[in-house]
Amino acid sequence: MPRVVEQAMVVPNIHRLTLEAPEVADAARPGNFIIVRAAEDGERVPLTLADWDPKAGTVTSMFVQVGASTGRLARLGAGDEIPTCAGPLGNATEIGRFGTVLLVGGCYGIGSITPIADALARAGNSVVALVEARSSYLLYGEDRLRDLGARVIVVTRDGSQGHKGHVTRLTEVLEREALRPDRVIAHGCTFQMMQVSEQTRPLGIKTIVSMNPIMIDGTGMCGVCRVTVGGETKFACVDGPEFDGHEVDWEEFLARREGYADEELEPLHRSGCASRF
Amino acid sequence: MPKQEPFERVRNFDEVALGYPPAVAREEAGRCLACKKPGCVAGCPVGVDIPGFVGRVADGDFAAAVRTVKQANALPAICGRVCPQEEQCERSCVLGKKGDPVAVGRLERFVADWEAKEGAADAPPLPPLNRFRVAVVGSGPAGITVAADLATLGYEVTVFEALHEAGGVLTYGIPEFRLPKAIVRREVAYVRSLGVALRLDYVVGKTRTVDRLLEDHDAVFVAAGAGLPWFLGVPGENLNGVWSANEYLTRCNLMRGYRFPATDTPLRRAGRVAVFGGGNVAMDSARTALRLGADEVRIVYRRSRDELPARLEEVENAEEEGIIFDYLTLPVRLIGDDRGRLAEIECLRMELGEPDASGRRRPVPVAGSEFRMPMDASICAIGNSPNPLVPMTTPGLEVGKGGTIVADEENGRTSRDRVWAGGDVVTGAATVISAMGAGRRAARSIHRALAGAGGGEVA
Repeated sequence: MPRVVEQAMVVPNIHRLTLEAPEVADAARPGNFIIVRAAEDGERVPLTLADWDPKAGTVTSMFVQVGASTGRLARLGAGDEIPTCAGPLGNATEIGRFGTVLLVGGCYGIGSITPIADALARAGNSVVALVEARSSYLLYGEDRLRDLGARVIVVTRDGSQGHKGHVTRLTEVLEREALRPDRVIAHGCTFQMMQVSEQTRPLGIKTIVSMNPIMIDGTGMCGVCRVTVGGETKFACVDGPEFDGHEVDWEEFLARREGYADEELEPLHRSGCASRF
Repeated sequence: MPKQEPFERVRNFDEVALGYPPAVAREEAGRCLACKKPGCVAGCPVGVDIPGFVGRVADGDFAAAVRTVKQANALPAICGRVCPQEEQCERSCVLGKKGDPVAVGRLERFVADWEAKEGAADAPPLPPLNRFRVAVVGSGPAGITVAADLATLGYEVTVFEALHEAGGVLTYGIPEFRLPKAIVRREVAYVRSLGVALRLDYVVGKTRTVDRLLEDHDAVFVAAGAGLPWFLGVPGENLNGVWSANEYLTRCNLMRGYRFPATDTPLRRAGRVAVFGGGNVAMDSARTALRLGADEVRIVYRRSRDELPARLEEVENAEEEGIIFDYLTLPVRLIGDDRGRLAEIECLRMELGEPDASGRRRPVPVAGSEFRMPMDASICAIGNSPNPLVPMTTPGLEVGKGGTIVADEENGRTSRDRVWAGGDVVTGAATVISAMGAGRRAARSIHRALAGAGGGEVA
């Protein structure tokens, strides 16, 4: 069974999980995800990879603690064993020589854009990483991005660091930074990726988003991860998870993310927390 | 065969059919005429010595009966439950011409369950390992059969399973009340007792490609199943509450969602449920919905009762349990509420026209017959394509219509050297026993190819 090398809260509510999974580490590419189960009878939770080390045989993901299953993950500690770490799943990020690439990362996405920044920089791109959070104390990973050669732009909602605002003001930030990217890649919450796509559409900048729907198997079997892209139904797990953000039906996607919202609260009620929902 | 009463069983996930008591099994087996040229054996895709084992049941020598079955079939407790015997062994039974054929399936189940209770038969003596290693992709019926056959011939076999539990469709698809998971686990344990290694959570095509597996294995057998669900292709299909049968059954069976929230994977308990399709998977989905507390479950099928592809036994079970059958009905549109949840389904009435290519009368829509039904959830059980991960990542592997891997029906050879395939990934969704038959033939072919002319016959 895969062993936990590290599980730590990096900033409030955002955790880093490193697992021993040598074969997954060996095959991992930027943009891939893994499926983990924290316990027998536990949910299969998809997590985008933030790092991996084929020599050490480890893989690392960032995750946000939101419900019962991520709560279980957040209680893991070094040395614990978990029943499942399957992957690497999904298609890898397309890496080419695009010119200037803007990576937008929020919450767990700051972690998952990091290997993409690395691969793009090695491929000869000028990489700019826009990391955003509600406030400065929720930011992490900027130094690592700088070490990889990325120029880092910080946006915080309360203005405690970098530009004040939100990705809804991406166009403004691009103007102020005199940036004209050839490609944008966004990882993070649905709202952020949707907003980035809306803003780059009039600018005509190709925008790739990493979809994070509900999943079970992650291998194309259940179809719960379906996303409408360019009017066609796609399975995020085998056809994605990255798609053209200008082609995604965001309204449908937002609704589908809520597909089991009522049920997902049930275990929280029973555990006694979140009793005021 | 005794069954749980309908009113009782719709409230639990326990097995519906209870199995023969020994005296009844012996009496039933005693009806066998032990024909000189047994049609039943010819009708069995894996060639079980049916008169042989049935005769031993009649004699009361159940241990010998188990050994006889297991010579040809590593998974008798499963086949005894889910094989369509009425189209195979039992169909060719001479007694069936005038009355009921010998209940071969029920007797097979009886001997397998007897063994489980008595803990009798041990694994057969294994030959020393030969120098060949075989990788099997998928732990469903085809993969397990190949693994068992090759292990008994001395091969070092590793089965790679993408999910966290072995069994393929037997585990994620067929519900507990039709095939208890304890039985699947027991049969898988038997195969492992033959020395077969099992790697769970190992997604061939992703964790390793087939080409990588060929670097340290002499042959690869691909039995990745038909797991890619089809949808109807009608408006509204991505509303919440519209599920593939795979999603619904996987949540319930593999993830044990029927015990949610004691388990972690949520499963919605909907009030009014429509199931689209008329096969065994549709029956399984409908009967699952009922057990999860649905008030009204409808099977919406575009043809009539005579054309249902499901086994008659399962149709009757569903009818007894109160599933409503809307025959000659075609869903054309799914309508949602303002939160993107299914609220209504719109259907057309159909009538039967001329026979089509399948020989069944083609359903034709009746113009202007649109009507709507309020609905909280719908489950699409109209079929599956093969899982694309292996074909996508194996250059040179020939793929046919609908994404099936092209393989020789006789021996399972594919367009790639040292790569064999069988089961649903080759045929599209079919039966457990036909997948096992394909596994049996492929094992023989792999043995001939690797061990060469000196190789003996597969038991």
